[in-house]
Amino acid sequence: MSQSSTEIVRISGHSGSVPGAGLNREYQVCKLVDTTTCIGCKACEVACLEWNGYTFTETTFDNSYQTMPETSWNYWNLIKFNEHEREDGSLMLLMRKDQCMHCEDPGCLAACPAEGAIVQFANGIVDFQEANCIGCGYCISGCPFNIPKFSPEARKVFKCTLCNDRVSQGLEPACIKACPTGCLHFGTKSDMSELAETRASQLREHSGFPDAGVYDPAGVGGTHVIYVLHDAKNPEAYGGLPRNPTIPVTVQLWKHPLKWLGNLAIIGGLVGVFVHYLRFGPKEVVEDEPVTKGEKR
Amino acid sequence: MSSEPYLLPNGRVLRYNFHERLIHWLAGLSYVYLLLTGLAFWSPWLFWIAVVLGGATTSRELHPWFGVVFAIAVALMYRTWGGQMKEEPEDKAWWGAIGHYIRNEDSQVPSASRFNPGQKLLFWGFFWNCFALLLSGLVLWLPQYIPWSLRFLRLLAVIVHPIAALLTIGLFIIHVYMGTAMERGAFGSVIRGDVSRAWADHHHHDWFKQILRDSETRK
Repeated sequence: MSQSSTEIVRISGHSGSVPGAGLNREYQVCKLVDTTTCIGCKACEVACLEWNGYTFTETTFDNSYQTMPETSWNYWNLIKFNEHEREDGSLMLLMRKDQCMHCEDPGCLAACPAEGAIVQFANGIVDFQEANCIGCGYCISGCPFNIPKFSPEARKVFKCTLCNDRVSQGLEPACIKACPTGCLHFGTKSDMSELAETRASQLREHSGFPDAGVYDPAGVGGTHVIYVLHDAKNPEAYGGLPRNPTIPVTVQLWKHPLKWLGNLAIIGGLVGVFVHYLRFGPKEVVEDEPVTKGEKR
Repeated sequence: MSSEPYLLPNGRVLRYNFHERLIHWLAGLSYVYLLLTGLAFWSPWLFWIAVVLGGATTSRELHPWFGVVFAIAVALMYRTWGGQMKEEPEDKAWWGAIGHYIRNEDSQVPSASRFNPGQKLLFWGFFWNCFALLLSGLVLWLPQYIPWSLRFLRLLAVIVHPIAALLTIGLFIIHVYMGTAMERGAFGSVIRGDVSRAWADHHHHDWFKQILRDSETRK
């Protein structure tokens, strides 16, 4: 960010190329998941565990290829398998790699009360700083994608980091590196959006998917993980991808109008009783007043 | 109430017996902890309170347990005082004279029984808000056990909990102000239990009248 003001685009009276121009084109990173070329091999799941130092946990079998019902605190990357019947009666096996979407407007961060427990980097990565996490779980309620998961052992919440440690060193995330079909891509947000749109138009024009499109939901300001879907009109079919995710309205009400109304009311109440005391003082009881013998005073 | 004698030998009147004082302070002290830690999570400006009270992680762990203690205390208060807090038809007249009460023009305020209508409002306000805080608090305590399909419970709890808490804070400010500064003798009544005869006659005339009548029949 600090260098953007010194990045030169054009120089007057200068022959030849502009030194340094375009060196830092964009800071915003993005992961592109093309569900139409995913084969459900789970290499990304394994790579995620390996890189992040988690061991395999017991899996659950539910008559499908799915490893477990949803991501967990030590399993951040999960392919969701869904059998989907199309209008013409044909069957599709939809496979979507589920992980943190790294929202531009993150609900977890909005809901978090602990200072420094969730940060959003300039490149768009939303990362949990477990050292500052107090384990309250408000992020779980704030997330529209069911991603943050509570660890009963650590009593803190964990989720995908978009391999922040790798990305900051110029490497791609582990899942991207492991993908054998090339359905996963990583780059700048504008490049990935362009690639995704190109792929979606291919699907629409040449592959018989008239509703193919890109999932980059505006309700959370766009995401730093985007999907190419065969049917962008029905994201729910891909294992519960919300059609229009937003920060939950009750979280917004709590963090914006209620907080200010509440603060004003508390301060108003304290000032109110203080002023009352100055104006009216205490209720005095005259102690030597003849005490009633059961009659109205 | 019980047949406990209210007129004390030293010329004073028993306002709250030991059981009543105990449950009041069980509720009061647990509420203060809940208030302080709750405010720390309410606003980043007040997060330091949790640090002072042993760290935010500790505060988050203990806040729900203190909530259980507070709920138990409120339930005990309900058992003890619920019957005396019933709204009476004559309460309307008291509320009609609330302006006089606020301006300390007490001679123009209808006489009160053991609890005046304002105290009844405090009691039921705390009772129902405690109920809302308990239910929403249980959800916020263990959000990881609320499945995604019941997510609306979490989203409801997130807004119900602070609203109910704010309402109790309003009641709490007025209660503490009146109990310590505005009504001389009130704080002593909930610590040592007794008040002067003049105090009882002034603030709770109907109640004191009944006590005098009862002591006559006792003789």
